[in-house]
Amino acid sequence: MKGYTQARWPEPLIFELGRSGRSGVTLPKAEEAVKAIGDWRSLAPKNMLRAEPPDLPEVTEVEVVRHYVRLSQMSYGVDLGFYPLGSCTMKYNPKVCEALANLDQVHWIHPYQEEETVQGALELMYKLSSWLAEITGTDAVSLQPAAGAHGEFVGTLIMRAYHKLRGETRIEIIVPDSAHGTNPASAAMAGFKVVVVPTRGDGCIDMEALKSVLSNRTAGLMLTNPNTLGVFEKDIVEIAKMVHEQGGLLYYDGANLNAILGKARPGDMGFDIVHINLHKTFSTPHGGGGPGAGPIGVKKHLEEFLPVPLVRYDGKKYYLDYDLPHSIGKVRAFYGNFEVLVRAFAYILSMGAEGLRKASEVAVLNANYLARKVSRIEGLTVPYGGLVKHEFVASASKLKSATGVETKHVAKRLLDYGVHAPTVYFPLIVGEALMIEPTETEALEEIDRFAEALSSIVNEAREKREAVLNAPHSTSVGLLDEVKASHPKTLSLSWRMMRKRLKTLRG
Amino acid sequence: MFMASPYIPNDPEEVRSQMLKSLGLSSVEELFVDIPEEVKLKRSLALPGPLSEVEVRKEVERILKKNRTVKELLCFLGAGVYRHYVPAAVDFVASRSEFLTSYTPYQAEVNQGMLQALFEYQSMICELTAMDVANSSMYDWASALGEAARMAARVTSRYEFVVPHYISPERYMVLRSYAEPAGIRIVEAPQDRETGRIDLERLKAIVSSKTAAVYIENPSYLGFVVDNADEVAEVVHDVGGLYVVGVDPTSLGVLKPPGDYGADIVIGEGQPLGNYMNFGGPLLGIFACRDDPRLVRQMPGRLIGVTTTVKDSDRGFCMVLQTREQHIRRERATSNICTNEALCALRAAVYMVLLGKNGFKELGELIATLTNYAIKLTSEVKGVKAPLFKAFHFKEFTVNLDGAGLKVSDVNKELLKLEIQGGKDLSNEYPELGQTALYCVTEEHTEADLRRLQRSLKLIVEGSG
Repeated sequence: MKGYTQARWPEPLIFELGRSGRSGVTLPKAEEAVKAIGDWRSLAPKNMLRAEPPDLPEVTEVEVVRHYVRLSQMSYGVDLGFYPLGSCTMKYNPKVCEALANLDQVHWIHPYQEEETVQGALELMYKLSSWLAEITGTDAVSLQPAAGAHGEFVGTLIMRAYHKLRGETRIEIIVPDSAHGTNPASAAMAGFKVVVVPTRGDGCIDMEALKSVLSNRTAGLMLTNPNTLGVFEKDIVEIAKMVHEQGGLLYYDGANLNAILGKARPGDMGFDIVHINLHKTFSTPHGGGGPGAGPIGVKKHLEEFLPVPLVRYDGKKYYLDYDLPHSIGKVRAFYGNFEVLVRAFAYILSMGAEGLRKASEVAVLNANYLARKVSRIEGLTVPYGGLVKHEFVASASKLKSATGVETKHVAKRLLDYGVHAPTVYFPLIVGEALMIEPTETEALEEIDRFAEALSSIVNEAREKREAVLNAPHSTSVGLLDEVKASHPKTLSLSWRMMRKRLKTLRG
Repeated sequence: MFMASPYIPNDPEEVRSQMLKSLGLSSVEELFVDIPEEVKLKRSLALPGPLSEVEVRKEVERILKKNRTVKELLCFLGAGVYRHYVPAAVDFVASRSEFLTSYTPYQAEVNQGMLQALFEYQSMICELTAMDVANSSMYDWASALGEAARMAARVTSRYEFVVPHYISPERYMVLRSYAEPAGIRIVEAPQDRETGRIDLERLKAIVSSKTAAVYIENPSYLGFVVDNADEVAEVVHDVGGLYVVGVDPTSLGVLKPPGDYGADIVIGEGQPLGNYMNFGGPLLGIFACRDDPRLVRQMPGRLIGVTTTVKDSDRGFCMVLQTREQHIRRERATSNICTNEALCALRAAVYMVLLGKNGFKELGELIATLTNYAIKLTSEVKGVKAPLFKAFHFKEFTVNLDGAGLKVSDVNKELLKLEIQGGKDLSNEYPELGQTALYCVTEEHTEADLRRLQRSLKLIVEGSG
């Protein structure tokens, strides 16, 4: 691990490259007969024509490819190494899934083609929906949402529609204080007031506090299980009962589903609505931020609220069903991130029930193994460190008070060791948090090396403090000034804005 | 007997027991004792597999082969997803796994490449649209529209959002889902039935001090260019509302960018920029605005900005204004968006660079010329009227069959027999347009393709070749 050095290309912005007259691709010319139609300009409204061409770079394919290959070398993906970002489930992405997602039969089909010409796509979606329903213990699945948060938005819209149809005004959604930020944000987007309940000493939701906030104003509770501390909410059956007795719905944030595949199902725990992050649990790549896919599963009584269309099968052919009178409508155009769905479909096929169960077992084994190792490092603690599931949260509070080295420094220093940093300062209820999720795709040797890296950094904090405080050293740039980046005087969000403010930036 | 999974290095019994032993455990089951018995799954999931890699390939290929691609069918569909050529270099760059398998660049120092590429994407979108700020992606045009309505309401504290009469039903439905919970009322701006122009007099009567924004699309959903888009700006700005414009970026080499006619927010579909159709997803939502702190602070989504290193003042890139976002601001965030379409934005960046300054003009001119040619050929078919609107059309145009007394659905069925996928049937969405289809042509279509369409339509509509 030590000895890792990321490429450092002094790479200009693409706008700073190239020369006038260069071009990166050749386009076809209009054929003679087509050209004979005459100049299109004579038909176009003069006030709607572009006067000057857009100020885009003029570069050849050679320059473009070198530029972006260099940039790629200054990026870090799971194909390069360990990426223990808690709650992000940075698994390895099998290459066969990638190959299949790049077939012409995926790339070159249009969503409005006649159904008889896209039976393959519909069949794949239909089967994937039914598999996801089986995995989550729900009855119907929509593949439409483009991401986990998008699925949450659909879930909260369903809550809204469900209560409205029953003639009830319920304006509150409850989330624990350990919840992902998307939960309260999604609830608010659907027009709800967010009520936060605290976490108990054992890392589970405080049942007394929950009881006190449940009422006939409660539209639902959003819960991640295991939660962001990696702790399984063992009172889940009681929680479900309490929420349902008050007429509320139970929402499962599927970000942490990787802990329980084939071991337990949200639907069996009493959850009514479940979203699934295919880009986490089902191994589709994150692409530097997306695309992902966030299918949403519901119990039978909520099926009528799902977004349209749903894929159905009449025994002979697959078709798109728009006939859902109480549907929440749509949250994006068309049917979902199909290319991502293909990868997840192939992944599930390759794993089968047994493989998925093993994935969760080993993910949990890896997390507990690493948690134990980390808890033995002087200066680091694992505050909710009993039995965890797929992830755990360490704290560097002790290290901070002993040495002044904080979680952010540890995170940056980890980069020098050739691994990605964990999720930091989340969940908010743990001071100096390092949220670590090794996933099942890391080898024991890799996990050991990570623990050694952490241990070595903690030693450095005492003996070579500067090395940690000034980290990172081995990345393509040193520590960046993120405050300056957002300062109104220097804020530059584009090349044109940058040129405007370059003077300020230099000063 | 289950083969050791190639994706689970600690699967072998020997490794497992070593790890379990270090935890003082003897079986994996002991790691799951915290799950209450009553919710434990006591059976195997009913799923197919596990399949070997060769079987996975065969099975997925077997299913997907039932699709007929637009390489086999001559396709004239657009309406939100477009068939454009994807240069080989785009695929090459996007498959670099340092990009493909990275997460959102939370650790900026180790992800400068992705951050710079996204900054370049934002910058090129700004050049194309003549705006100052663009975010690094939304899910698609439709959800960008929903977010734009919500942003306009936050900026203005007003709750009416005006949309054009002719708008894609996909976008309209998505807008409704986003707007309704925020208390935003959607109001329709009439468009002239002959020219597609926004009816300015009636628009003036609709807008007021309650108007958060007026939204138009240019080119419109039905392909015509709205030639009074600049005058709409004045109408909405006069009442203190924002002007939101939706665009097809491939038109911006030839059509005036919305930033040059008063737009405050520009949205659009970035899929045509180097992204495949993929049965409608992933797509790429474009979202841009003017350099006005009032607007920028209310932007949804990730923004990449320029900064320097703390020590040496070297240039670098990182995510900025994160206090707008859900992971910091939680229920007060501008949007809940987290995972976005970054890789699609990267593809778009490479595409825009490859085309460059002159390529967009060339592409736009080619599409404009082909559109006119296609219009001429289809309107030569007896009983066919193309287009329905007396306006300049770009890439898409309406084809009306009322004169032939035929239904779009029937004609499309006949076309399919001839290996042609006809335009999108509009007869349900816009009954007032009669039996009309929306046709789309791009640089992927040749003269021969368009002649074949004409021949086939003649055969079906006139009953003769």
